[in-house]
Amino acid sequence: MTEHEVIEHDVLIIGAGGAGLRAAIEASGSGAKVGLVCKSLLGKAHTVMAEGGIAAALANVDDRDNWKVHFSDTMRGGQYINNWRMAEIHAKEAPDRVRELESWGAVFDRTKEGKILQRNFGGHKYPRLAHVGDRTGLEMIRTLQDHGIHQGIDVHMEVTVVHLLKDGNRVCGAVAYDRERGRFKVFHAKAIVIATGGIGRAFKITSNSWEYTGDGHSLAYHAGADLVDMEFIQFHPTGMVWPPSVRGILVTEGVRGEGGILTNSEGKRFMFGDIPDNYKAQTAADPEEGWRYVLGDKDANRPPELLTRDHVARCIVKEIKAGRGSPHGGVYLDIAWIKEKIGNAEEHIKKKLPSMYHQFKQLANIDITKEPMEVGPTTHYMMGGVRVEGDSQMSTVPGLFACGECGAGINGANRLGGNSLSDLLVLGKRAGEYAAKFANDHGATQVDNEEIDAAKREALAPFDRQTNDAVGAYQIQYSLQDTMQNLVGIVRKGNEMEQALEEIDKLKKQAEVVGVIGNREYNPGWHTALDLKNLLTVSEAVTLSAIARKESRGAQFRDDYPEKSEEWAKYNNIIRRRPDGSMQIDRAEIPEMPAELQEIIKEMG
Amino acid sequence: MATANFKIWRGDTDGGEFKDYSTEVSEGMVLLDAVHQIQAESANDLACRWNCKAGKCGSCSAEINGHPKLMCMTRLDELPLEQGTTVEPMKTFPLIRDLTTDVSWNYRVKKNIKKFKPRKPDNEDGSWTMYQDDIDRVQEFRKCIECFLCQDVCHVLREHHLHDEFIGPRALVYTAALEMHPLDTEDRLEDLKKAEGIGLCNITKCCTHVCPEEIKITDNAIIPLKERVVDRFYDPVLSLLSKLFGSK
Repeated sequence: MTEHEVIEHDVLIIGAGGAGLRAAIEASGSGAKVGLVCKSLLGKAHTVMAEGGIAAALANVDDRDNWKVHFSDTMRGGQYINNWRMAEIHAKEAPDRVRELESWGAVFDRTKEGKILQRNFGGHKYPRLAHVGDRTGLEMIRTLQDHGIHQGIDVHMEVTVVHLLKDGNRVCGAVAYDRERGRFKVFHAKAIVIATGGIGRAFKITSNSWEYTGDGHSLAYHAGADLVDMEFIQFHPTGMVWPPSVRGILVTEGVRGEGGILTNSEGKRFMFGDIPDNYKAQTAADPEEGWRYVLGDKDANRPPELLTRDHVARCIVKEIKAGRGSPHGGVYLDIAWIKEKIGNAEEHIKKKLPSMYHQFKQLANIDITKEPMEVGPTTHYMMGGVRVEGDSQMSTVPGLFACGECGAGINGANRLGGNSLSDLLVLGKRAGEYAAKFANDHGATQVDNEEIDAAKREALAPFDRQTNDAVGAYQIQYSLQDTMQNLVGIVRKGNEMEQALEEIDKLKKQAEVVGVIGNREYNPGWHTALDLKNLLTVSEAVTLSAIARKESRGAQFRDDYPEKSEEWAKYNNIIRRRPDGSMQIDRAEIPEMPAELQEIIKEMG
Repeated sequence: MATANFKIWRGDTDGGEFKDYSTEVSEGMVLLDAVHQIQAESANDLACRWNCKAGKCGSCSAEINGHPKLMCMTRLDELPLEQGTTVEPMKTFPLIRDLTTDVSWNYRVKKNIKKFKPRKPDNEDGSWTMYQDDIDRVQEFRKCIECFLCQDVCHVLREHHLHDEFIGPRALVYTAALEMHPLDTEDRLEDLKKAEGIGLCNITKCCTHVCPEEIKITDNAIIPLKERVVDRFYDPVLSLLSKLFGSK
């Protein structure tokens, strides 16, 4: 069998975006020997693309804000099937995590009084997002990276994990290959934190990079961990739609936070026409009130463009389907209009939304200070993921932790913008802390050499297969993306999703015999072939969960069950692997919320 | 739809050559799209890095018709496609394969720069009071996406290979962001002068020209740092004052 290098850590962290880095900093700070594995170069993970900001009730801009309002906003946005304990911890601890970033060198935009500035965002009652123009993710990942490199963390760049090793019930290590040379590395660890992000590459139109192939979801699932809420995928309302090659690239919600409006081909501001009942009391009655909110008038309610993402995305789809879309199949997002309201609009837009200005200018020949953008929904974020315990972030497999996008529970049926960056920090820290504690409290483990050899054989198998008649790895990936986009997208139907399951099954069979050309050195064809297992696993989990939930709630919209059901308000869908390797779907009752949290929700209306 | 021809460098440390590829191009495409299309159609094992596809992560740096650029931000309609387009890896770093290079030197250099050391918090909740005017110039440096194109084009590194004596424009921008951070209390001037070789930069501004984030690297970062070094080590009055009072 091919040789491998053995590397020992107390805590192994898979993924080096915001959550993985924050977990690594915490675990190493408590004395654990920490390894951090990432598929890309350090600092390139998807966090870098986050634009709008970090949600934290600092109350710097509106002193009525506090953790209770943030908690209540998060639960409302998630349609109350969130893990309430995670939402509580998140709302309470986010301000400290943001201040901590500042102490590590982050430079946030400031208020006139010299405090961290906060901006408006969808679903947040008060201006709550600490930000740096529209490049907050870059600021966050660079701050964590530059702090983390002095902490004694061993960083393994451009390494992909293909299998988690177990000793009895516990995880004890991971089998990986380095992308540069294709050599195997076997990590021994007492605790493992998965922080691999999302699954956007299962869809055709997505804001996600190549890395988002559901690795962590799939690794945890195959190691026996439960997945939860897999039906809930956030379609961000505003992705670029033209030119075709940039379709799906994110246009920050910050555009709407700064006063951007959505209009259709008739020039109508259509969001005013559809405001859900549970948000009516919090939404502006007319454009004039909406603008006053943008300016910071505390008596004004927010404009309907700042309703939750699930709702805005559906309204956009409705406009397009009704024939009121823009020429390239989107709707208009207009920030240039604020020049009617303020004198230095052009300068203001460039200052607050510099990378949006740059992105449209360079990729679409559009000057957003002068003309509207064309936008449409794009697959953006996975609410579902590894089922974890709220305080510790430990999964149902002892020693296996998950945080960030691939950990699940905090967002329920829909995530509020800005809650991701804060979740990465708050729950990333906790995952690192508890993983280090677990490693410290539990003895050494034993890896099984046969298990290692089997994982290596599976990874190398594509090189031994014929490529002549078989379908190629890229083509299988494209077919899967088409299937998920067309049959398990924003508007879902039971019969179409059954069809998707059949298609996934067919693609699984093709993936089992996929062959690759070339050798093991930096071979994207091989990497793509290995990613297929993860993409197919998560796609099946998404589809099964979406079929099971016979209602529309948050990000899941079922054309055949368009209403919310009281019955389904009580359950989360659970996915787990049966001993025979097949996928099982189950549901778990949501535990009752403690009285004091119920009280907060009642109080906030 | 039209077909365009590309010459893409293929090879590894044992050597390589330009190979010809052609693919269909459409309106609005960027070079990275063409490379991906070629990868999927006719060169599955073509190695290249990318992530965000929107000029935010700095992964897809390459030399396009000889110019250091991000592939994701290079529109095909800006290139003279009829003459064919060459795509090569960055030259300043050791090759891995095809369009990928070993940029680990940049990470090692950064690790050696003294880390951020803030003054004590101004407020009881652990926060500081800083005004927007005080941080504007630091925010410019913090836009850096670490694409390393500035390092690639810097002749001190590219032609003279002084990687052991000079940290390059990216690391100088990083140092400037720390040195000009209103909260920072660390002193990096001696390192800049000696180990980091700031004197080797002779301000030809090549780095500034290729920066996709349009950071004025030479004018705003390197020259002010050079001035600080000169003030400290070569100005007799200031040098005496700092010895007497130990100021930064």
